[in-house]
Formats: sequence, C-alpha cells, structure tokens
Amino acid sequence: MRRHVIEMVHAAGSGHPGGSLSSADIVTALFFEVMEHSPELESSQDRDHFILSKGHAAPVYYAALAESGYFPVEELITLRQLHSRLQGHPSRVKTPGVEMSTGSLGQGLSVANGLALALRSQGLGRTVYCLCGDGEMAEGQVWEAAMFASHYHLDNVIAIVDRNGLQIDGRTEDVMALEPLGDKWRAFGWNVLFMDGNDMWQVLETLEEARRHKGSPTVIIARTVKGKGVSFMENNVGFHGKAPNDKEYEQAMRELGGSA
Amino acid sequence: MESQRKNYGKALVELGRTRKDVVVLDADLSGSTRTAEFGKTFPDRFFNCGIAEQNMMGTAAGLAVGGMTVFASTFAVFATGRAYDQVRQSIAYPDLDVKIVASHAGITVGGDGASHQTMEDIALMNAIPNMTVIVPADGPETYRAVLAVAEARGPAYIRMGRSDVPIITSKDDVFSIGKASTLREGNDVALVGVGQMVAPCLLAAEGLKAKGINARVINLSTIKPLDVETLEKAARDCGCVVTAEEHNIVSGVGTMVAAALAERYPTPMERVAMQDVFGQSGESDELMREYGLSEKEVIAAAIKVTERRK
Repeated sequence: MRRHVIEMVHAAGSGHPGGSLSSADIVTALFFEVMEHSPELESSQDRDHFILSKGHAAPVYYAALAESGYFPVEELITLRQLHSRLQGHPSRVKTPGVEMSTGSLGQGLSVANGLALALRSQGLGRTVYCLCGDGEMAEGQVWEAAMFASHYHLDNVIAIVDRNGLQIDGRTEDVMALEPLGDKWRAFGWNVLFMDGNDMWQVLETLEEARRHKGSPTVIIARTVKGKGVSFMENNVGFHGKAPNDKEYEQAMRELGGSA
Repeated sequence: MESQRKNYGKALVELGRTRKDVVVLDADLSGSTRTAEFGKTFPDRFFNCGIAEQNMMGTAAGLAVGGMTVFASTFAVFATGRAYDQVRQSIAYPDLDVKIVASHAGITVGGDGASHQTMEDIALMNAIPNMTVIVPADGPETYRAVLAVAEARGPAYIRMGRSDVPIITSKDDVFSIGKASTLREGNDVALVGVGQMVAPCLLAAEGLKAKGINARVINLSTIKPLDVETLEKAARDCGCVVTAEEHNIVSGVGTMVAAALAERYPTPMERVAMQDVFGQSGESDELMREYGLSEKEVIAAAIKVTERRK
C-alpha cells in the first residue's frame, strides 16, 4: 500500500504522501479485514461503507480500491493526469468504489451520518467508517456533525481521526490547538477510543471494539506518524503535499522493501 | 392569495405517502418552511438538524448516497449562502439526489431586514454545475414543481418567498422542468417575470394595454436549464424584452436572459431588479415599491424598451 502511494505521487509529480502514509495501516485494516465490501456489492447498500473525509489522502484510498478489484492496479499511476479516473481528491462520479466526493475539509462526517441514517432506516445493520484528518478538526462543521450523530444515537458511525499531529503550516498544536481532543469528543456524547494507528494489531482490535459498542457513535483517535515508513518523510511537514523527486523516490521505495 | 410554503408542505406530505424513499431535513425552521407537517406525519423520515445548515447539507448528501431522495429546507439566505460550499462539494459535484427547497427568499422577507433578504441565491445556485434552479410564481406552481423535482434525479434548488402571492397559474397546468410558460399573448414587448414578479408583470400588461402596447407575459419558472427557445421566440416576435425579478441585477435572471439572447437574437432589453443594494426592514409591499419592484417599474421599463424596439 505504501509503495503504491509513493509510486502514484512520484508519477503525478504532486499529491499528498504524508497523510496517506500515516493512515495506510488504518485503511489497509478496513479494506482487507474489517469491512465487508466488494466491487460486486458496490450498487448495494447492504455492505459496510467508507467515507474519506480527509480527501487529500486519496492515494492510499485508491491503492485500497485497486487492490480490492474496483479498478486495475495499473491505473494507479494515472493519478492527477488529464482524463484520469483518479482525481487529486476523491470523486464519486469518476472513480469506481469511491462513495463520496471529498476534498473540502470537514464535510465527510456529516455525509457519514446521513448514510448511517439511511442504512438504519432500511434496517441494515451496517457500519459507516469515516476517516478524518486531525487538522480538519478545526472545521466547525465537524462539531455540528458530532452533535448530530450523538443526538440521533448513530452507533453505526465510527469516526477515525488520523492524529499525526501535523498540518500544512506546522504542528496542529501550534496552528490551532486541538487538545484535549478526546475530552472534546466525549463532551459531544461520543464513545472515545485511542490506538496506535500504525500498529496493525491495535488497529484491528480497536476497530472491533468500536464496532461492538452500541448506543452512541464511536471515535477512535489514532496516534500516527505522518509520512510513516519513509525515514525522510516521517514527521516532516514538508511532505504533507509534496511529491518525492527521483532520488527521494528511489530511497523511499528501497526503505519500503520494493524496487524503484 | 396563497402561500408557496404551504403548498410545499402539502406536496411533501403527498410525496411521503407515495414514496417511502423520501426524507426531509430542516434546520430549526420547520414551522416557517412548512416541513413540520411532513415531520408530524412521517416522524421516522424527518430529521431536524438544529441551527447547523452546513451539517444539514452534508447529512442530506449522505442520505442520498444511501439511496434516499432528500428534501432539505431552511431560509434561502442560509441554504445558499451559509452552506454554499457544502451544496457545491457534497451535493452538486457528486450529483446527488438532494432537493434544496428554501423559503423567505428576496426582500419580501420583510421586517427581518437585509441579513435575511437574499438577492444572490439564484446567482449562486445557477453557477453550480449539475444544479437545476426553479423559482415558482405562486402556490400551486410550487406544489407542482416540488413533485416534478422529486421525479427528476439529481440536485435541485427551489426558491420560495415568505409572503402570500396571487394565484396566477391554473391547477391543470403541467409543470415541466426547463419549460417557461406564456401566460398572456402579445407582440409589442415580452415581459419575462420570475417568481413573485410574474404577478406584477401581468398587472403591467393590463396597464400597457391601456396605452396601446400589447405585452406578452412569460413565467420563467425554471432558471436552469434556461428555456432559450421560448425566450428567443419572444424576442423575435416582440422585438424587445423586459425581465423582472426579486433578485440582484448583478448575475440575476436578467443577466442570463440577456446573455442567451445576445448569442441567439440580440434584442433591446430592460431589467427590473434590485439595483445592487442591500434591503432593509419594512412590509413586503412597501419594500417592493421602495426598491422598484412593482408593476409601475415594469410598465416604465416596457415603455422605455419599446422605444428602442427593432
């Protein structure tokens, strides 16, 4: 998954490697272990659902969709090219498997709530997973949605905050402090869980615990490392939205156990 | 006189009975937008979002992703202004089946003043790809328009006023999205009215008749897609056109009509609209007079434009 991200962003010459790498373990767990989904089930509501609220992590989302069979893996390197189905940010109308167009931050959780209501009204015991960035917690709409989900007892919504601690202009706590983030969600009526979002066993266990929780929505605050897996990208805000050059690309692929 | 909102509420209940996939959202204005009746009748399919319009639009989008046809209502100033980005990003771009039906548009809001009097909403919604934009002229047409957008897939915006308006359409009329209706024949000038300005256009046509000017009156209830055929025919038959709208003159319906005619059949025009100023508190009819949105101004514009007629 991480090698796909590096290859796509390098081929495109632009994109957001940092937030894709930090959330790669979470997305992998969801698409290949936790969620029941498949290209054949795409037109059915009776499956689990995923909304990528942090739309700039599109590369890791596309990698998961391609590896799940929604479109050919070879298509990944067309990211951001003219007429490609893989837009810079996810588009419901362009890409097979993408449930919702996102990119303008702070909007995904509202959509997840609406979808969860629709599933509930159709009597489907399915879950909507919503992956959010930590920087986007500054958007007011996130908290409108947080209030809504607990008011309507949407226990079929699981929000995951990719808490990598960095946003474009620097550390989240310097740009717009979020802590105590868990207390904020708790005050909004959510069941709050924490995990190391780069530890696959913890990710799987916590997602299972969240799924079992009933009566209120659950948020998982996932501590992650931005740029995880590539030494020079880790905790480096410079790689929030920048592609590696050829030399960096070769090193990144080597570190990820692949060949450039 | 009849309320457009009341007809909206009635249409929603009707839809709720025939369509199990119709859900309704409101943002703490269900009494005013008249979605409350649907909420009482179908409590499982009505969700009050509180005073949080941005979240309401996103939630509407999610319900549509989940296969529902969604009606989302609040005042027009909030639906199109406060939640513009959500409408653009979460509803129109993904082309979802969400109908934004907003009330209290224009200056006829009255006493609440300029903060609540949107005159930019048509411009905002019209500029978004995939969006259908409808401004019914009266209560019965509102009812028909609501049923029509429910049948058509994709995002739509319906603009309603607060105040009661005269009934000028017939209950036997069929509402067809994208089709303007000609309410009165005439070949000296075409009066193209939008929403609450259609009735003043009809009155103006009577006034003009006394002056020997035979006016055609068109109810342009769909702004997008624009019925350019009907407009071009009116321009060719009449040789001059007046548009009348309770909306800003900048990027208003007059602008769109002028642009369409400029490409097809350039025709002298006058535009009756808000003159790029904010409104103020007052009674609806006082405000319409104050800002030059009555039959008087339509008549003056018609006389002026016939002098420049081809």
